Amino acid sequence: MAGIYIHIPFCKQACYYCDFHFSTSLKKKDELLRALIKELKLRKDEFKETPVETIYFGGGTPSILSNEELQLLIDSVYENYKVISSPEITLEANPDDLDKDRIVELSKSPINRLSIGIQSFFEKDLKLMNRAHNADEARSCIEEAKKYFSNISIDLIYGIQGATNEQWIKNIEIALNFEIPHISSYALTVEPKTALASFIEKGIIEDVDDEQAHQQFLILKDKLEEEGFVHYELSNFGKEGFFSKNNSAYWQGKSYLGIGPSAHSFNGIQRGWNVRNNTKYIKALERNELPIEIETLTLTDRYNEYIMTGLRTIWGVSLKKVEEDFGKLFKDYLIERADIFINQHLLYIDDEHIRVTRKGQFLSDGISSELFKLNLA
Amino acid sequence: MKNIRNFCIIAHIDHGKSTLADRLLDFTGSVTDREKQDQLLDNMDLERERGITIKSHAIQMEYTHEGEEYVFNLIDTPGHVDFSYEVSRSIAACEGALLIVDAAQSIQAQTISNLYLALENDLEIIPVLNKIDLPSANPEEVTDDIVDLLGCDPSEVIPASGKTGMGVENILKAIIDRIPAPEGNLNEPLQALIFDSVYNPFRGVETYFRVINGSITKGQHIKFINTGKTYFADEVGTLKLNQVPKKEIKAGDVGYLITGIKDAREVKVGDTITDAKNPTTNAIEGFEDVKPMVFAGIYPVDTEDYEELRNSMEKLQLNDASLVFQPESSAALGFGFRCGFLGMLHLEIIQERLEREFNMTVITTVPNVSYYAYTNKNPDEIVIVNNPSDLPEPSTLNRVEEPYIKATIITKSDFVGPVMSLCIEKRGQITNQTYLTIERVELSFDMPLAEIVFDFYDRLKTVSKGYASFDYSPIGMRASKLVRVDILLNAQTVDALSALVHADNAYTIGKKMTEKLKELIPRQQFDIPVQAAIGAKIIARETIKALRKDVTAKCYGGDISRKRKLLEKQKKGKKRMRQVGNVEIPQQAFMAVLKLND
Repeated sequence: MAGIYIHIPFCKQACYYCDFHFSTSLKKKDELLRALIKELKLRKDEFKETPVETIYFGGGTPSILSNEELQLLIDSVYENYKVISSPEITLEANPDDLDKDRIVELSKSPINRLSIGIQSFFEKDLKLMNRAHNADEARSCIEEAKKYFSNISIDLIYGIQGATNEQWIKNIEIALNFEIPHISSYALTVEPKTALASFIEKGIIEDVDDEQAHQQFLILKDKLEEEGFVHYELSNFGKEGFFSKNNSAYWQGKSYLGIGPSAHSFNGIQRGWNVRNNTKYIKALERNELPIEIETLTLTDRYNEYIMTGLRTIWGVSLKKVEEDFGKLFKDYLIERADIFINQHLLYIDDEHIRVTRKGQFLSDGISSELFKLNLA
Repeated sequence: MKNIRNFCIIAHIDHGKSTLADRLLDFTGSVTDREKQDQLLDNMDLERERGITIKSHAIQMEYTHEGEEYVFNLIDTPGHVDFSYEVSRSIAACEGALLIVDAAQSIQAQTISNLYLALENDLEIIPVLNKIDLPSANPEEVTDDIVDLLGCDPSEVIPASGKTGMGVENILKAIIDRIPAPEGNLNEPLQALIFDSVYNPFRGVETYFRVINGSITKGQHIKFINTGKTYFADEVGTLKLNQVPKKEIKAGDVGYLITGIKDAREVKVGDTITDAKNPTTNAIEGFEDVKPMVFAGIYPVDTEDYEELRNSMEKLQLNDASLVFQPESSAALGFGFRCGFLGMLHLEIIQERLEREFNMTVITTVPNVSYYAYTNKNPDEIVIVNNPSDLPEPSTLNRVEEPYIKATIITKSDFVGPVMSLCIEKRGQITNQTYLTIERVELSFDMPLAEIVFDFYDRLKTVSKGYASFDYSPIGMRASKLVRVDILLNAQTVDALSALVHADNAYTIGKKMTEKLKELIPRQQFDIPVQAAIGAKIIARETIKALRKDVTAKCYGGDISRKRKLLEKQKKGKKRMRQVGNVEIPQQAFMAVLKLND
């Protein structure tokens, strides 16, 4: 299994909370497209014989690209890589790009999964986050998309300042009424150097409240599980058969190729990341160079990553895998360190797997850190 | 002997003592260009970084003036109240002193107390007005201050600048003309004053001394009067930038001695060296066994490092005899040591040297002074309390005495009000107030030493906007009302957080401690009650609320390695915390009580 992620670093406007890499100027769009195609070509041997099972357009806002532009990129993947017969091809799209015509057009392309950045069905929230769409567009785009796509995911954000639990329940219920098979839902997070962080620092907006986020997380989990969704990753809920294949690869330590500025790649041992700057990215590829930095993970690094990602997912951390991949010492260490959290009912062991409990789920970073090993300096 | 001049420098911290000393060395050609570096005499990294002198140092210079060759011995002394005794011994080894006063800041308390020491020892004082090149210098007024203080003639004050080198020649001339040559009798039995020692891992302890009478020769069989121990002088010599071995050091001169002593505790500052077979009948006056003033527990962060900590402390004691320690154990922290220090600066230095030179991460507990307790059963027998847990149960306690000091503070007249309020808050009683000049006031208080240990310096600096200097000397024990405030985390007493405080302050301190701990202890997966108690009575309570959210919402391809590194860093940070029960306490929380007003 291998996946290809293609980063489209353009947005119409900047959401206040976002710390992904993007530009709101489209001036360099054509040059960037050429560079993406060049990068796909230069890296064509990295997967060797492993076939590509997922293609994912993320951003930024990939729906800013026309169908023709997206098709060029898909064609380039097919030209350079071995692709399975029915790959999952996801497009992240914003409601303001998804009018009826565009949806019809997209439905005729190889893209077979839409991940729509709804975030909220309430105007007040959308304004507070500086989203480009309004509440009406949020609803209408899902209605239209449903007619042409069966595999749809929407993003929702909770823990928004001023959004009550009642409003959050309404948000979830609206989403459920559309009967879409996948929901990604994130706590509003104040990332450093974002507009949101600066507003909070200046006192223009109040800080986010962890208690509120925690309550809304539990509301979300309970309501979606009641409706038959599987909570398969901390922020991801899917009906059986509709989990994101591309994203699951990240959490299961599988290989992926990240194309485009700021995109990350992983081959099981090395992780690479492309330069986070459109101009530098384009310039490097014009010289036929890959603007990538690579680090080789130590055994300890890989163990730590497995713990960290494993505890976020329904699959948990397999003791058998730890022993096989990292050795008995790691396994014994893990069991010993996990004990205190098991006693606090934050972790549990079942069927040779360590997983977080409902109580531990919102604390899993701190727990992971405690289960980590440290590289010898 | 007539061409020898022994002198020290009296100055307040930052008044430019070390820089001016560098200039003197430079001008007399005592250092080559290659050897030059700033603060040449302060050879500990810590001294250079902090701009302070911790150890005494000595250096010999040669200087030719009007065809005569002179030998100057400069004895550089520490400038901090913690080391007053060392200063007094260095002063006793000299005939003169340079009084260095910053032309912008004028005379400070520390300077005055050392100046009095120098005057008591009949030293000839050469006043130097330093940093006169500074734009903020106020030479006329500061000269007046000096004249008022010394009763000298304004023309005797030498303007100088350590930075530009101005005045250095005049200072050298004044050293020759004004400081008397040493008087000693070469034919009398050896009598030499130990004013410092330095530990050298290869050669053992190097003893610095000043010969008063007689001479000390290589190979001589010698005796230290106060310890009663005898040695052979394996090597004697003078102290240039490097040691210069000599056959003999004669009366009036300063030198070093190596006898193969491995333990600094055998070399007591102030002791007298004499000949083993033909000893002098007069030990040099003023010897004291240095007593620690402040006590605190030092524990390894990792309990497994106890033995290593013991080794490190023993090694540290080899070169710092004023550090005393004995093993103790704490329910919360396991095995560690109760250590005695000369003062708070000394404590900080020890802690820092343990970390730097021995790579030990340690937890220092709340410091306290040494109290005398008396029980109802034996009302006349002193129970020495160096540790909060030593305090007898309140029901069995007859009375307690605590050490008092005479505090001398010099400040600007504008700040007399706030300084007084602070001292009174700290249970001080004013005993004297003198206007040194129209602008400068000297205030004297009788105060409990314990109050100095708790954030006094910082507060004094704040209330006086930095224009107050402070010095103290012990004046004995006085009756006190003492209680032990215990801290409970998650309903468990953490003995290492207990503090001995005056009963009247207990509630305020208990409240502030719980607030401070709430701030310093990171939130954990459960609520942690923080309580302060006297005996069984809870006097303050705070709650560290449980962590509600400790997970990032997104973790996709681009987030994984950044996030792993962040969590690894977090884990490393936790290595500096101590687990007590199921609560993780960061290292700095144990000293929290000292920073209650931050």
